[in-house]
Amino acid sequence: MTTLAQGKALRLVFGETITELGAENDRIVVLDGDTGSSTYTSLFEAAHPERFYQMGITEMNMLGMAAGMATLGLIPIVSTFSCFIVSRAHDSIRVLIAQPKANVKLMGGYAGLLAGMTGKTHLMFDDISIMRAMANMTVVAPVDEVETRSALRAIIEYDGPVYFRLNRPNTPIVFADDYEFVLGKAVTVREGTDVTVFSTGTQTARALEAAEALATEGIDVHLVHVPTVKPLDVDAVVAAAEKTGLVLTSEEHTVIGGLGGAIAETLAVNAPTPMIIHGIQDVFGESGPDGPLLEKYGISAEKTADAIRGAVANR
Amino acid sequence: MTQVTTYSPEDMAEFARQARVRILEAVKHAGGGHVGGPYSASDMLAALYFGVMNVRPDEPGWPDRDRFILSKGHSSIALYTMLALRGYFPVEELLTFDSIDSRLQGHPDMTVTPGVDMSSGSLGLGFAGALGIALGARADGRDFTTYVMLGDGECNEGVVWEGAHVAARYGLDNIVAIVDHNKLQQFGWTGESLDDRITPYTGTQLADRWQAFGWKVMEMDGHDIPQILATLEAAKAFEGGPVAVIAHTVKGKGVSYMEGDYTWHSKVPNDDEFALAMEELGETEGGAV
Repeated sequence: MTTLAQGKALRLVFGETITELGAENDRIVVLDGDTGSSTYTSLFEAAHPERFYQMGITEMNMLGMAAGMATLGLIPIVSTFSCFIVSRAHDSIRVLIAQPKANVKLMGGYAGLLAGMTGKTHLMFDDISIMRAMANMTVVAPVDEVETRSALRAIIEYDGPVYFRLNRPNTPIVFADDYEFVLGKAVTVREGTDVTVFSTGTQTARALEAAEALATEGIDVHLVHVPTVKPLDVDAVVAAAEKTGLVLTSEEHTVIGGLGGAIAETLAVNAPTPMIIHGIQDVFGESGPDGPLLEKYGISAEKTADAIRGAVANR
Repeated sequence: MTQVTTYSPEDMAEFARQARVRILEAVKHAGGGHVGGPYSASDMLAALYFGVMNVRPDEPGWPDRDRFILSKGHSSIALYTMLALRGYFPVEELLTFDSIDSRLQGHPDMTVTPGVDMSSGSLGLGFAGALGIALGARADGRDFTTYVMLGDGECNEGVVWEGAHVAARYGLDNIVAIVDHNKLQQFGWTGESLDDRITPYTGTQLADRWQAFGWKVMEMDGHDIPQILATLEAAKAFEGGPVAVIAHTVKGKGVSYMEGDYTWHSKVPNDDEFALAMEELGETEGGAV
């Protein structure tokens, strides 16, 4: 299968980029949930110690304090592992950040399936569904280092709460250096005519590898990357679905309520289209190396190609 | 520029009395709401809004105002009543409490109500927000004071102690937490009989806990206006760390049949009960409902 150039881990790009943004904008403050040595908020602390706040292991409190800081016009970037933001501090986000539209940026580190050897507690792949269901919340899942840099800049410019998905391992590069992320916009990664594949986050790299492999078999995939899962780019989704008349969604996330859910809800109303939702089934995760996890949970590039091949064969 | 008016402790006691009348009117009119907690908090709220805090009711968003966060958000009607009496919005609006499209929601909503500095309602979270305001004020170089009121039952919540730890870690001396220690929560632990509910914290347990978390602890009678004023002034002046004021109060304070009865946590008085309450509160007209 085609191999894309290997890039940095999104968590490292996150640490580098917020450090740059912090130099440009003195309203940015970073709140860390005792994971800065993993999520690279350590870089921000080294550069801007006066605007780095160690909150310790107090996630519910940390998210609430971020909301309080935002009332003064500060721009809190809150960072810890996705599971501790989305699950543990859910109530703080709901009551103090989402409903009042507090300008707080929620950085969900180690999101998805590939969180090292952590297992069921830390493997957070229902984060998109949970955060997407929350009113006023914007949900962004970038694919590579280029998009992460651009998207972080965009969400700082946006006034309102954002959940931002970051992964742990090094990540293939999909976009050229001059790519610019636009909040709320989907982007066509590959033009094709046989089947429309929508993917988000780091899964787009696997979907692209799958598409290139399938091209050698005569299957022409139209691949659309959806980095902003909410608000969804409805016009682009409908147009891309109508282009081929067959849709497959693919994500490093449960098949319940994530990108697949968002696309299904949209197409059911606007442009009913035959559709396959590809992703992790309705299960919890487990410890293991990245490769075997991707295979077992069915979202490796090869498994993604299998899913697309099956969708086309059964159309 | 806002005209500065000075109120006497007697004035504040009168505002607290009026507040209790308005609270019961609003709850009776809405057919629901909390009474016991609002009544335990009313004297302190009167002291805060008419004595302690530097605020501008005609400019609720004034950046340098002192902040007040009602973390025990289910006592919202007590806050709304004091905001109305202080001039943030018309007193008549209190009768919209809990009704559709009202700015006076069951639990405080900072996006709709003038003077509400932080949303609350899920217990413990208003406290976290208040700590964030205090930390943000320091980051922003502003020297206002943030006052936050918690219930004693609310101190069951783990997030309170997460925040208590962090506040002490940062030595936040621009925040004053007032714990309305009215000795009852909504249902609570059973005492000697099913009708008997015991205090969530006995003796010095609450004070000991806050002190153990690194807070300077002060105590006061939460119904004695001069004592409230003096204690909160000392709390504001204290330097070097956060202050927790344990306010000893009576749930349902001011109406004989409500005092110390946990069932008045959230209950609507019938007509006879309402009339008796108005009489005991010195409202000879019998209230507006």
